[in-house]
Amino acid sequence: MMSPDILAAAVLNGLMSGAVYALIAVGLTLVYGVLHIINFAHGAMLSAAMFAAYLAFQAGIDPYAAMVPLALVFFGLGYGLQRLVIGPASHGDDRNILLITLGLSIVIENCLLAVFNSDTRTVDVAYGFSTFDLGFTFLAVPRAVAFGVSCLVAVLLWILLAHTDTGKAIRAVAREKLGASLAGIDVAHVYAVTFGLGATCLAIAACLLLPTYYVHPRVGNVYVLVAFTIVVLGGMGSIPGAIAGGLFVGVVESLCGLVFGESLGQLGIFVIFILVLLIRPTGLFGAKA
Amino acid sequence: MTKTGRTGLSRRRLLKGGAALVAGTVAMPAYLRAQGTTVKVGILQPVTGALAFDGAQGQIGAVAAIKAINDKGGIKSLGGARLEMVFGDARSTPEGGTAEVERMAAEGVAAIVGGFASPICLAATQAASRYDLGYIVDVGVSDQIVSRGLTNTFRFAPGFGIVTKSALDNLVTINDAAGKPAKTVVLVHEDGLFGSGLAKLMQAELPKRGFEILDTIAHPTPARDMSNVALQIRSKNPDLIIPSSYYGEFVLLARTMQQQKIKPKGVFCVLNGAASNYRFVKEFPEAAENVMDCNHWHDPRNAVAQALKKEVEASGKFFTYNVSLNYSGVLLLADAIERAASADRKAIVAALASSTFAGHIMPYGPTQFVGGQNTGAAPVNTQVQDNDIKVIFPSSFADAKPAFPVPA
Repeated sequence: MMSPDILAAAVLNGLMSGAVYALIAVGLTLVYGVLHIINFAHGAMLSAAMFAAYLAFQAGIDPYAAMVPLALVFFGLGYGLQRLVIGPASHGDDRNILLITLGLSIVIENCLLAVFNSDTRTVDVAYGFSTFDLGFTFLAVPRAVAFGVSCLVAVLLWILLAHTDTGKAIRAVAREKLGASLAGIDVAHVYAVTFGLGATCLAIAACLLLPTYYVHPRVGNVYVLVAFTIVVLGGMGSIPGAIAGGLFVGVVESLCGLVFGESLGQLGIFVIFILVLLIRPTGLFGAKA
Repeated sequence: MTKTGRTGLSRRRLLKGGAALVAGTVAMPAYLRAQGTTVKVGILQPVTGALAFDGAQGQIGAVAAIKAINDKGGIKSLGGARLEMVFGDARSTPEGGTAEVERMAAEGVAAIVGGFASPICLAATQAASRYDLGYIVDVGVSDQIVSRGLTNTFRFAPGFGIVTKSALDNLVTINDAAGKPAKTVVLVHEDGLFGSGLAKLMQAELPKRGFEILDTIAHPTPARDMSNVALQIRSKNPDLIIPSSYYGEFVLLARTMQQQKIKPKGVFCVLNGAASNYRFVKEFPEAAENVMDCNHWHDPRNAVAQALKKEVEASGKFFTYNVSLNYSGVLLLADAIERAASADRKAIVAALASSTFAGHIMPYGPTQFVGGQNTGAAPVNTQVQDNDIKVIFPSSFADAKPAFPVPA
């Protein structure tokens, strides 16, 4: 019989991991919700963001200090990518966008491989081993920061979408592209802003992951599969769904790992995922078609 | 009027010069002509793909050895013939390794050194056997590599079976010498062929040696988080932790254990991806301190090894075991070519099979191949001490005493 302390610690660990999963999934679901495409380059963009944070660290900038500048840079990159590459190259056809994002992921990964080769790299920050003593467990400071910042970003994103003109435009385009266009909303601009916001989420997630995780050119793939799962589990296009799904997946993974063994922890995610889809095919927070 | 080209040379002067050159060459002493000959040596490493770091490290060792041999006058029995590297990138896959062996064979290499990973070595040695090409395996620890009856395959380093047996024997000796402070063990391993196989062996052998296994924890590769593994270790409170994982996962584990204030009497790794890696020591000195490993390692008292280490580190690279194993592998091959006094593939294979080469930089005795395995090869136990990696066992090669049990 497992002690309540260990179970409580495992739930806490799951929430900490889940918050970062949620942040990565939010970017993915936002792009899906508005552009109605799955961004296959999401994982590669996360790898690129982690290398950007790593380079900033090499230049003497702490990953947390690099968060805001990198978020802005990646917003610009995401905006430019959609406006200058994905949009024009797709000619408005969603199938083309899928292929282009898939191609982009290959290009980004291979560029990272060419520049950085496939070495695994890590950073040693001063607070890397700092912990909060909670009595029943020690909570690593970087993981607590990751949890807090992920929640903060989710709230800011919700405020942006719910209470700003840009957010209203994004929601309008997501709901009815043609109608939004007729109402004078620049759809191409909204698409690019959305893609930029997705990239921003990745840049922030990268800065939060760097103090505890390693970097290599394919590191994004470690997270993106779970992010795809979260997006479908929470309901495709639903931001609250991505957040709840992320936390849920984090806790399921942690508890399954504890009970059935770490190797089967990830299996637990997919078992729950299949069960949810069987019972509620639109996902936990997804709107019915 | 004599016709001249754009260079200002007349045809007659050109012919005169050419004739003089031919005459000079014919008149040149035989040894000078021999200096111009080369023996092509295949170096196979995965320098792109997932294993690129290890492959690049292996390449450093091979290149350094070829340079050292050529600087010393090349292969003397062939009139000072120089070794010429034909490099093949295995691209981290067995298929890539096979393709490069085919290319190297077509380019006329005399033998091949390298491979790094077991799957690459398995495929590459088989491909090389079709061309009677001698193949010296640098790392590949799977015992299957030398158990298939391939007469062209020679593994210079110890394989999985030898390393595991040595690790267990060394552990008992180190523990006994310290007054048997460790009685309980938690095994942590990656869930692939390597980690699972090792854990299975440990589960069978450790109880016979008086250790109680409290838990065996498998983790996936790549792993996103090691918090639960650390939690379980903390709840069992073992004297010893024996991890078998690749670099990234062990770094995660070591960091998480430190965050969770887990302080066992010892962390004793076997063939660990990080514990005998200067990168880990450099990047996480606190987490790495006192971690022991049973692995391939150079002879720290060997002057050539020390000089090579300085040279590699001066170039900004880490001196990993891949460097010293490939350096030694090329020296072993050069010795075989020297004794064969021929670049003929079959002659080199025969020379390798009867090799008693002792001029390497590993803590091994003279080379002796039995069924392709160098029976003189043995791993050593290392420990991270004061931001450096020291050999702590066997004492005949040690440059430090074990810090065990680790001071609380």
